Amino acid sequence: MKTVLLRGVLMAAAMVVGVATTTSSALADNERFVFVSHAPDSDSWWNVIKNAIKNAEHDEGVKVEYRNPPTGDIADMARIIQQATASNPNGIVTTIADFDVLQSAIQGAVAKGIPVITVNSGTAEQSKELGAMMHIGQPEYDAGKGAGERAKAAGVTHFLCVNHYITNPASVQRCQGYADGLGVKLGDQMIDSGIDPTGIYNKVKAFIASHPDTDGIITLGPNSADPTIKYIGDSGSRSKFKSVISFDLDADISKAIKDGTMDAAIDQQPYLQGYLPIVFLTQYVRYGVMPSNNVNTGPGFVTKKNIELVEKLAGEYR
Amino acid sequence: MAERSDPGTPATPIVDVVDERLGRQSWYQRLMVRPDSGALAGVVLVFLFFTFAAGDTGMFASDGILSWMTVTAQLMIIGSGAALLMIGGEFDLSVGSMIGFSGMMIAIPTIYFDVPIGVSVVLAFVVAMAIGALNGYIIVRTRLPSFIVTLASLYILRGLTIALSILFTNRTIVSGLKEYSDDSFVASLFSAKLFPGFFQWLADNGIILKLPNGAPAVPGIPMLIVWAFALAVVGHVVLTRTRIGNWIFASGGDANAARNVGVPVSAVKISLFMATAFCATVFAACQVFEFGSAAADRGLLKEFEAIIAAVIGGCLLTGGYGSVIGACLGALIFGVVQQGILFAGAPSDWFQVFLGAMLLIAVLFNSSIRRRVTGER
Repeated sequence: MKTVLLRGVLMAAAMVVGVATTTSSALADNERFVFVSHAPDSDSWWNVIKNAIKNAEHDEGVKVEYRNPPTGDIADMARIIQQATASNPNGIVTTIADFDVLQSAIQGAVAKGIPVITVNSGTAEQSKELGAMMHIGQPEYDAGKGAGERAKAAGVTHFLCVNHYITNPASVQRCQGYADGLGVKLGDQMIDSGIDPTGIYNKVKAFIASHPDTDGIITLGPNSADPTIKYIGDSGSRSKFKSVISFDLDADISKAIKDGTMDAAIDQQPYLQGYLPIVFLTQYVRYGVMPSNNVNTGPGFVTKKNIELVEKLAGEYR
Repeated sequence: MAERSDPGTPATPIVDVVDERLGRQSWYQRLMVRPDSGALAGVVLVFLFFTFAAGDTGMFASDGILSWMTVTAQLMIIGSGAALLMIGGEFDLSVGSMIGFSGMMIAIPTIYFDVPIGVSVVLAFVVAMAIGALNGYIIVRTRLPSFIVTLASLYILRGLTIALSILFTNRTIVSGLKEYSDDSFVASLFSAKLFPGFFQWLADNGIILKLPNGAPAVPGIPMLIVWAFALAVVGHVVLTRTRIGNWIFASGGDANAARNVGVPVSAVKISLFMATAFCATVFAACQVFEFGSAAADRGLLKEFEAIIAAVIGGCLLTGGYGSVIGACLGALIFGVVQQGILFAGAPSDWFQVFLGAMLLIAVLFNSSIRRRVTGER
């Protein structure tokens, strides 16, 4: 019994050794980049970026390791950046999910002489202060404001902002931008919905019931949009809202735009946030060239007019 | 599986002339019956593995070592407390929530109510230990399993952290602590880096890596690591060299028997819950002062990591057996495996699978070593 157990342990160990060494040695000759995100394992939106990274890996002939804190704990993310720095990659791509927490880790990578590009969360100013080469993302406030202006044109006066990631300061800016675009105060019109679909559904339901004059909805991504779409469908209340807009895209949002449940989606074109930093870093490492300004990948608006193409690729590349 | 050999009551009638308790043991036997011998073997195994799988990736360069030592030290802090409590026969599942709660206890009063930083830190320790004492009191008083009671505190504390931070500050990340804590004694107590001059000297002489701007890649030994070793040493000495240590073993081994011979079991258990709360607050303080911010979601799932470290280190889930040194070695295994997998470049989708598999292998390996040597079945 004991020897069987021991043999089993040794065999399993040998298997892990086998897998780990083949993955590290097969691509050892190429440039190696580390892409660090803040997204917990449960966040499906990042799949598009992962696919973009895979394409960039293939197109450029480099190796990219995607890393994220499994529970979304930003303090753990700082440790991952420190670890990535210690492993001497050719470049690091990271989000600025929380400037204060990540500051010393990102500056540590820059101080070691590793080229850093920041993507997604964070602002161009923060990126510059950290010493990163550029920021590739969507200015959150401006995107929210764009959506607010659209809502204003539709005649919205009272709104609901469904925030499923309230611990990320950028998410609050989106709601604030929407309020400013609309020209009203944010006040209590933003709810902390959490990420559980049933919880989101019922919080939206409760808010609409207690605020009957709500005539506009903005959701901050698929996590909050999908249950909201379901609520609107279940309650048959679409005619009550003058504008329903979501950040980002997935299959449900595309379908909602097609059938008129949703008016528009703010597309920050995440594919570019995964693909471009790898392309830029590769060119920089190989030939020393790098664009000298930041890249705004959004906001682009997806509406009924251009949904056909987008829908085909939603969740994969769009 | 969790059956223990009990030297006091031999299963077979005594036929030996010499009492086995008085028999001489070789140094090898003595080393191997220690609860932490298996963990030591596990440490050797994972180091061998990663020397092979990630030896050339910077994992064993100075800043690579700092990277996995930091994770190890964090886990040693809560693992030492969890090990003592587990030897005392109880669990604490509220450790992770306590980390988030204590962090907020330090940050919110300081930033929003102008409380001096030192006072907030003392307050955080007092409140956390009071909650730990309450956990312990409920458990010894009602005799409910600690699993259930602390599972309730896990939810209550996490909920309170979110609700109170929204109530007082309207946000769940409270940042900007740096401007209040700069140059203060408490901040350096938890986040200073020791011996910067020495490390600069090491870098200047090419012993460790020097950054292009002239600073060493490792600026000093973080206080986090000092705290981890200090807590481990205190825990080890209390457990193995004092009467309280014997009480802890007795309370976890058989609480009723211990009571009958006069061990203050309730007091021991309540103090142990206060000790885990203390450890969680040390963890939180180090994190808050290092990053200058507290967040409501800090410490998620850390309670399980603490228990994993203690169990890898040879603590029995049933209590009465284990060691603090073992838990520290367990933390080392966890830290090296967790960061080592990243260095080895394992694909991220499979990261948690590897982590779980490596931990399972470490536990199986160390338990099989222990059984083989102690003759346990």
